[in-house]
Amino acid sequence: MNRKVTTSSSVLFDVPGPKAVARTRLFNILSVFAILALLGYIGYVMHRQGQLEADKWTSLFSGNLWANYILPGLWNTLKAALISVVTSVAFGVFFGMARLSPLAPVRWFGTIVVEFFRAVPVLIMMIFFWLFLGKFSVFSPQQLPFIAVVLGLTLYNGSVIAELLRSGVHQLPKGQGEAGLAIGLTPWKVLTSILMPQAMTAMMPSLLSQFVVILKDTALGYIISYPEVLASARRFGSGEGNILQMLLLAALLFIVINFALTLLAERLSKFMSSRSNVEIKHADGVPGEVDDPRPKTEMMFKIPKA
Amino acid sequence: MSFSEQLSTLFAKYNVIDAFWTNVQLTFWAAIGAFVLGSILALMRISPVPSLRAAGTAYVHLVRNTPLTILMTLAILGVWTQFQLSLSSNFETNFFLYAIIVLAIYHAAFVCEAIRSGVNTVPTGQAEAARAIGLGFMPTARYVIFPQALRGSITPLGNTLIALAKNTTVATVASVAEASGMMKSMIEFNSDLVFMIFFVFAMGFVVIVVPIGLLTTWASRKLAVKR
Amino acid sequence: MFNNITSKIAKATSVAAVATLALTGCGSSTSADGDTIRIGIKYDQPGLGYQDGRDYTGFDTDVARYVANELGYDEDHIEWVESPSANRENMLKNGQVDMIFATYSISESRLKTVDFAGPYFTAGQDLLVQKDNTDITGPDTLDGKNLCSVTGSTSAKKVQDKYASSVQLVQQNSYSDCVVALNAGMVDAVTTDDIILAGLASTKANKGELKVVGNTFTEERYGVGLPKGTDKCEAINKAINKMVETGAWEEALTKNVGESGFKYNRELNPPKLDSACATAPAK
Repeated sequence: MNRKVTTSSSVLFDVPGPKAVARTRLFNILSVFAILALLGYIGYVMHRQGQLEADKWTSLFSGNLWANYILPGLWNTLKAALISVVTSVAFGVFFGMARLSPLAPVRWFGTIVVEFFRAVPVLIMMIFFWLFLGKFSVFSPQQLPFIAVVLGLTLYNGSVIAELLRSGVHQLPKGQGEAGLAIGLTPWKVLTSILMPQAMTAMMPSLLSQFVVILKDTALGYIISYPEVLASARRFGSGEGNILQMLLLAALLFIVINFALTLLAERLSKFMSSRSNVEIKHADGVPGEVDDPRPKTEMMFKIPKA
Repeated sequence: MSFSEQLSTLFAKYNVIDAFWTNVQLTFWAAIGAFVLGSILALMRISPVPSLRAAGTAYVHLVRNTPLTILMTLAILGVWTQFQLSLSSNFETNFFLYAIIVLAIYHAAFVCEAIRSGVNTVPTGQAEAARAIGLGFMPTARYVIFPQALRGSITPLGNTLIALAKNTTVATVASVAEASGMMKSMIEFNSDLVFMIFFVFAMGFVVIVVPIGLLTTWASRKLAVKR
Repeated sequence: MFNNITSKIAKATSVAAVATLALTGCGSSTSADGDTIRIGIKYDQPGLGYQDGRDYTGFDTDVARYVANELGYDEDHIEWVESPSANRENMLKNGQVDMIFATYSISESRLKTVDFAGPYFTAGQDLLVQKDNTDITGPDTLDGKNLCSVTGSTSAKKVQDKYASSVQLVQQNSYSDCVVALNAGMVDAVTTDDIILAGLASTKANKGELKVVGNTFTEERYGVGLPKGTDKCEAINKAINKMVETGAWEEALTKNVGESGFKYNRELNPPKLDSACATAPAK
């Protein structure tokens, strides 16, 4: 009759029939009520605790908050993240190549460095550099937390990027390197001008999701008094007595920025696979760690987009 | 005092093993929680019900993009203080449980994505065959897809476990006495030994993390589905 | 659009370059260039040292301003530097600040690496409770109660070891977080130096909600942290004495922490200083 014909991209289930549609509708209505009830309860509790008082929220829109706390804090967050991105990529390219080097000692050195810094929590590294570098007068106290944040982020994320590039190179067809050698390039030339650029392209989406990790981890900086957005939001909140509201604001800011970055990563991965022969690795949502090349399967079934 | 004496008195005063044991326990329980919750989320994201898929997607995006420190602080300052929700009358246990729950909630998003990427490695024919013999969505997912998907997602799951083991340091924000907090106060009061202290704690994490990595690599080879 | 991105990347790279330049630039300057004085304060301690918009407020900050003024530096020639607790000694030792006013108690172990002028205030560990609380009157009434302090602080442990063995301890990131838990009734008291508690109780949101118990059980003499071997103690002590005599000291206290109804310990305050640097407290 007038049942809509939808083309399901999933092989896991049929297009739902009238009964299933009715059941789903009932379920949706019930869950909307459940969610509303939960929100209502949260609102009630917050009201009881005085967290809904107007002046705890109106200061979120005050010029003082944005001009003197949030925007400088955001700038510090982005500054640390951007510089860490640059230094991590440099670190990653360097040690990624070290791990691919034909010289065994260089390879071992690269392996030890990369494996060590991948295993140590970023927070531990930040605390260490902050307190360790404070013993010397090389860095001014205002820059010290910043340096510690960037060093911690660089060593960890640089190691992850090194691994990304290495596995990217390993996933390239063997013929690429062989062809380079056949036309008389040195192994070094083959690596730098044939393999690395392709690995970079193939790994671009994973690289971008690693940048999300960098941005998120700058928030650890507040533990070592780096005035990034979380720290400055908390500072404002401790004077105004609305820390909770400030934490929510900081969370929202991070979600918006990271969501934009993730979207960019997905777009980029589509865009690049449409115009390059290199197989673009899908950003698979487990940032922070590197996947070994998985067995290639011919057919993959599509997951329906929500 | 000589250097080695200083070190031994220091490590006699602070129970480093205890602190690391806390991190190991956090990792263990949060891993179980994250795996269960993550599997449910993965199921939601491939289910026939659009609202479940939307809810799963929203969860993953929201949680994945929020720094863990903020989630941890919100759990304590928001949930514990405002909703007066005590999980135990003993404070230590209470915060320990809170830390486990937050770690599980956070890493469930990554487990979900890991399993989803594992689902992608299962050939379409498998699902088609299951459907052809008349299995519905749940039986297909449960008996055919998931067992294969899990074996295909061991590497990303292992990586998530490694990330979780390291992220237990953030539990220091939730008033849990674990390794990173102890390291901080040790260095503050013994700043001349800063390098050694850092090295001990760093090696502690290497000892925890590297075996997980090796085990993952071994398991992913051993359990790989032959195609 | 791509031009835009490229220019942004160029900007970011130039920021990196500037940062590197700045790093190499400031390693060599070990003392103030005569024009400005660099003073270390807390930025996150309402009532003592707090960054309020573009301004810095608090009792520590006001004393620092007064002293700097007496030493010949007006407001425009003061450079405020954030000095978190963990880094105070290092900053003085490395000559990165000229003096520190940051709830910095004079102690024997600290005197090994730094000198102190002052003290400009004698605080004591105390408890902060809700306004209508009457059953907590001191540390020995805390048995079975919940007590909050910050991570890494030893003050709560001291209460547990010495006064109330069955007290439950919570460690939060900052005292402001403790106050959130206190306001919600999840902890019964917050402990640290009385003046810090008074500063917290004086903020706009907590005014009239919280009170400092007023039964101090330690003695913390807040000194002016100076590099070891300084010759400034005499001048600074003179300035502090003058601040007390003119009433500016009292005024600064009232302005910054008075809203809480806090009464400082009159036996130990205000200070009357001679010209020498501070020595270790008597045991």
